[in-house]
Amino acid sequence: MNWGVLQFPGSCDERDALHACGLTGEARLIWHEERDLGGVDAIVVPGGFSYGDYLRAGAIARFSPAMEAVSEFASDGRPVLGICNGFQVLCEAGLLPGALLRNDNLRFVFRQVELVAGECDSPFLREFEPGERISVPVKHGEGRYYAPEEMLDEIEARRQVAFRYAPGQNPNGSARDIAGVTNEAGNVLGLMPHPEHAVDEMTGSTDGLRLFAGVAGALV
Amino acid sequence: MLIRPKEGILDPQGKAVERALPALGFEGIEHVRVGRMVELEAEDPGRLAELCEKLLANPLIEDFEIEEINAASSVPTNP
Repeated sequence: MNWGVLQFPGSCDERDALHACGLTGEARLIWHEERDLGGVDAIVVPGGFSYGDYLRAGAIARFSPAMEAVSEFASDGRPVLGICNGFQVLCEAGLLPGALLRNDNLRFVFRQVELVAGECDSPFLREFEPGERISVPVKHGEGRYYAPEEMLDEIEARRQVAFRYAPGQNPNGSARDIAGVTNEAGNVLGLMPHPEHAVDEMTGSTDGLRLFAGVAGALV
Repeated sequence: MLIRPKEGILDPQGKAVERALPALGFEGIEHVRVGRMVELEAEDPGRLAELCEKLLANPLIEDFEIEEINAASSVPTNP
């Protein structure tokens, strides 16, 4: 199992993503100017502030050579995970439905939250029971998931909601408590919370590791 | 280009500005929306709408208008 973790100018969570991936296989960084993904089995678009998040979060990163390659990789049905800023990039790139807006209270939130796993047919969800609660941290200022009502209905009907914030724990005003969504095929997942920061008992939870393990298991 | 949050989308920046107004003595102001303006010089203004759709605005969440200055015309584009 070989993971590739993208790195943009302004990425800041790529080391933790690399560590989390490394616990379930081999992992290497892919610089944003690389057009060749080098035969990896799965891609992580990590958190941070790609290209300074100028204009809108993720708006410029989507045009990088590496993201062009990731779009093709995703359309081949191979696994792509976007975390936080990576989720914003995947939405801007049109690989995932919806958009991420400023938190409703305008504050940067940084706390541990509980998520409820959805009923998705996705390699990232293989190690979770639908309805199961997991604990992972969030840290973002622009994480309010938004999509028009009709789009939200479709996403729910197609079981694309991968994770919701547990009742009462929505930290940013996300529509229908949505914390993460997949594409229609299920091979692309984006979420605002950080599974890569929840892979070691030392930081309170290892629930995030199972998300990586699910993909590794699916590819073995 | 004038880019603003679509009608119906919560704009917390606008709300924060609105809440600050009474303390400054500005009464009777509501529906404050905060967007952004992009100024540029273009040889061919014909492709600016495409530029807005692809990069400057996210059409899912934002409306945009293009105003040509010194061309004596203002062309609203976004439906």
